[in-house]
Amino acid sequence: MNELAVQFEGVGKRYKHFSLENVDLELPTGSIMGFIGANGAGKSTTIRILMGLVHQDEGSVRVLGHSMPAEQAEAKLDIGFVSEDMRLYGAATLKWHMEFMRPIYPRWDQKYAEELARRFDLKPQQKIKGLSHGQRVKAALLLALARRPRLLVLDEPTTGLDPVARVEVLSELMAALADEERTILFSSHNTLDVEQISDQITFIDRGRIIDSDDKEAFLDRWRRLRLVLPPDVAVPRLPGVVEVGGSGRLPVLTTDRFEPAMVSVCNELGAAVQAVDTMTLEEIFVANVHSRREQLTA
Amino acid sequence: MHSDIVISQSDSRPMYLQIMEQVKQRVAVGEWAPGDEIPSIRQLAMALRVSVITIKRAYLELEREGVIVTQHGKGSIVAPNPELSPRLYDEEFSEHVEKVARLGELLGLTSEEIAWRTKEAAKRLNEGRVSEAGMAKEIV
Repeated sequence: MNELAVQFEGVGKRYKHFSLENVDLELPTGSIMGFIGANGAGKSTTIRILMGLVHQDEGSVRVLGHSMPAEQAEAKLDIGFVSEDMRLYGAATLKWHMEFMRPIYPRWDQKYAEELARRFDLKPQQKIKGLSHGQRVKAALLLALARRPRLLVLDEPTTGLDPVARVEVLSELMAALADEERTILFSSHNTLDVEQISDQITFIDRGRIIDSDDKEAFLDRWRRLRLVLPPDVAVPRLPGVVEVGGSGRLPVLTTDRFEPAMVSVCNELGAAVQAVDTMTLEEIFVANVHSRREQLTA
Repeated sequence: MHSDIVISQSDSRPMYLQIMEQVKQRVAVGEWAPGDEIPSIRQLAMALRVSVITIKRAYLELEREGVIVTQHGKGSIVAPNPELSPRLYDEEFSEHVEKVARLGELLGLTSEEIAWRTKEAAKRLNEGRVSEAGMAKEIV
């Protein structure tokens, strides 16, 4: 059994106005990775390469032990893929789609499909073209989940969903992980969803992976320190500071390498630490993107 | 599985701390008795819709504090003599006291005034409890 469900090594792809460069990515079997990036950051390109839909110019991609894109036919039997632009046949019903998939995928689970339809409040007899956006997303997800794939790849699964549908979708993703051999990769710009259910988090910006770590480590190492400086004291030099904000006497330092010992270091240097704030994933993402972009232009 | 642990998104504390606190409360009030099997990491993750790694972290810390015991490959149980030291609350309390002191300074209060107002708050809490108990008696 391969411990990594997905492995990218030095993957690159160049287009005229965009390039994906040197992408390394590791997703352990049995976990969920949230893949976060702004629009146009390279999330969908990365996912398409993973699926073998786009061929990389360089680097190696292994998915469920298969080399991509060469062995994509074998790999795809075990991957459930849902993306925004995925087309279901408007004139056909959900039931028709279920019956279409059944003979293609050996592990198709009809009982589970029917159960999902109930939980998602979908009527199998209804035609796809009569469904709302949220219902279409849930229908596509149902079709992917009922195949019982070992890897689920979801491109923006919660975008445009109402709060109730979002909770339903997130619940089913978690339920799918009851099987420890199953792995999920989902992209999103909703950091709240990612923060809640992901084990691994990867940030991408302008075609490069800017950070990738397990979620607890991520949330642990980012902190904002609010300091009060006496008139003659300089801002202490701390490791991992990516941003200095606030005002001259009341600086606010953002670090990605926080250690509790930093507080006593500051105090010893004469800078009183007023507060150590934890940061949400959204704040971490924005701070991370800003500091990387500044480094690039500097 | 039914689970009445509630994760609050407006609570600024990390999720693993919220989970730890609620597990401890369950043990403290005896809903989860010593030796009882508790939900597996994956079960709880699914029930709460929270990542496996977060629950794992909470369980690890709970084990370190002596609240639960994890048997390799068998899941976790409440420790035979669960250690419910209020360390967690103590840390939180210290944080709040620091905040009170800082806000007091901002308002120009002396340390005596800060102490007095803290005492008054504690008194009010006690009085509230007494009157609640009184009301309960009247209803009965």
